[in-house]
Amino acid sequence: MALDKNGIAKRIAKEVKNGYYVNLGIGIPTLVANFVRDDIEVEFQSENGVLGMGPFPFEGEEDPDLINAGKQTITTLPGASFFDSAMSFSMIRGQHVHLTILGAMEVAENGDIANWKIPGYMVKGMGGAMDLVASAENIIVAMTHTNKKGESKLLKRCSLPLTGVACVKKIVTDLAVIEVTNEGFKLLERAPGVSVDTIKNATEGHLIIEGDIPEMIL
Amino acid sequence: MINKKVTNAAEALTGVKDKMTLMVGGFGLSGIPENSIAELVKLNVKELTCISNNAGVDDFGLGLLLQKKQIKKMISSYVGENAEFERQMLSGELEVELIPQGTLAERCRAAQSGIPAFYTPAGYGTEVAIGKETREFNKKMYVLEHAFKADFAVVKAWKGDEAGNLIFKGTARNFNPNMCGAAKITIAEVEELLPVGSLDPNQIHIPGIFIQRIFQGVNYEKRIEQRTIRKR
Repeated sequence: MALDKNGIAKRIAKEVKNGYYVNLGIGIPTLVANFVRDDIEVEFQSENGVLGMGPFPFEGEEDPDLINAGKQTITTLPGASFFDSAMSFSMIRGQHVHLTILGAMEVAENGDIANWKIPGYMVKGMGGAMDLVASAENIIVAMTHTNKKGESKLLKRCSLPLTGVACVKKIVTDLAVIEVTNEGFKLLERAPGVSVDTIKNATEGHLIIEGDIPEMIL
Repeated sequence: MINKKVTNAAEALTGVKDKMTLMVGGFGLSGIPENSIAELVKLNVKELTCISNNAGVDDFGLGLLLQKKQIKKMISSYVGENAEFERQMLSGELEVELIPQGTLAERCRAAQSGIPAFYTPAGYGTEVAIGKETREFNKKMYVLEHAFKADFAVVKAWKGDEAGNLIFKGTARNFNPNMCGAAKITIAEVEELLPVGSLDPNQIHIPGIFIQRIFQGVNYEKRIEQRTIRKR
């Protein structure tokens, strides 16, 4: 069965390793924090200027001077720090942040990503996404395999305006875990109960299938 | 001590005129110069170009200037959550330049630091890079971006002293420090304006040299855009 949002987040959480500084995008990526093992040390960075983000505050403890990049009220954990926007992006462009997890509307088999603009619709802006994808060494995309119309979001080439070129390394969808290689999308894992054929049919770009594809362990 | 203190927002904003370019600090509604924005509404200056990460919401922040059609052009990284903004943008009344957030911050810092331009990887291969110089360094492609030029920078800090030294609080810091000294005149409004000697020099985030005018703000509303809580 295809995973729900929490399932995708749970699988991505396994990619978060001890000692990582991690930037989480808005949407499914935000949920990843809920599933990171508690026996490892990880710090979450939010590009509006905080490292060491904690959970949402209890009611009555919200602080308007303490928000994340999605403008939600947050808390900090011991060891947290605040900094200005230029320094925040020094962390990002300078590759001090180890892992970036973000959503996407389309990913191409060469790692191009489109996630900020649909021509003909109100464009809200790229925020920090272009800086993040242009710089991060390790980018994981969290998204559904197909869009609401059932069309594949894993394409030969992106049709929407790009956010970054040849930058995505891994994609975790409701159906599969896929690595972006020089030869195309390489299928690594299937969602529990999802067949290879289902994934193949939902992938427009070149899908490399080698040997038996294991089910995800969640 | 060189005294930067002025009495209020009205005095601080002396010289702001139609068609000027203003940098305005804040991320979302956090750390926005509420008093200065209210005064800009009162002054009714028109055809402004505003450099600010966001454009406020319909009835707060820079949204207040949009309601009165005082802004001709916005330079931002993200402008959601604002119906009037959307209407003006789609009707063509408002010109909008969307740029990557890190590029926005660095263009402020470059202006502050006397750096005319810099290369960044952000936006390479996208429409953001169209018409811009690109160059390869260490087998990676970069886009040339230029420092901003602005008439006034308007920032908000938590504490300040009469010499213009500033301390920010939490994530209300954001773009504010990067905009200090990045325009011809920088105005800082603070929640608490103290006499010189009250702040520990070790704790200063922005030295007063970057600030021309500082005033004690009043009646901070500090609205929360997305109140998010967890259960006890």
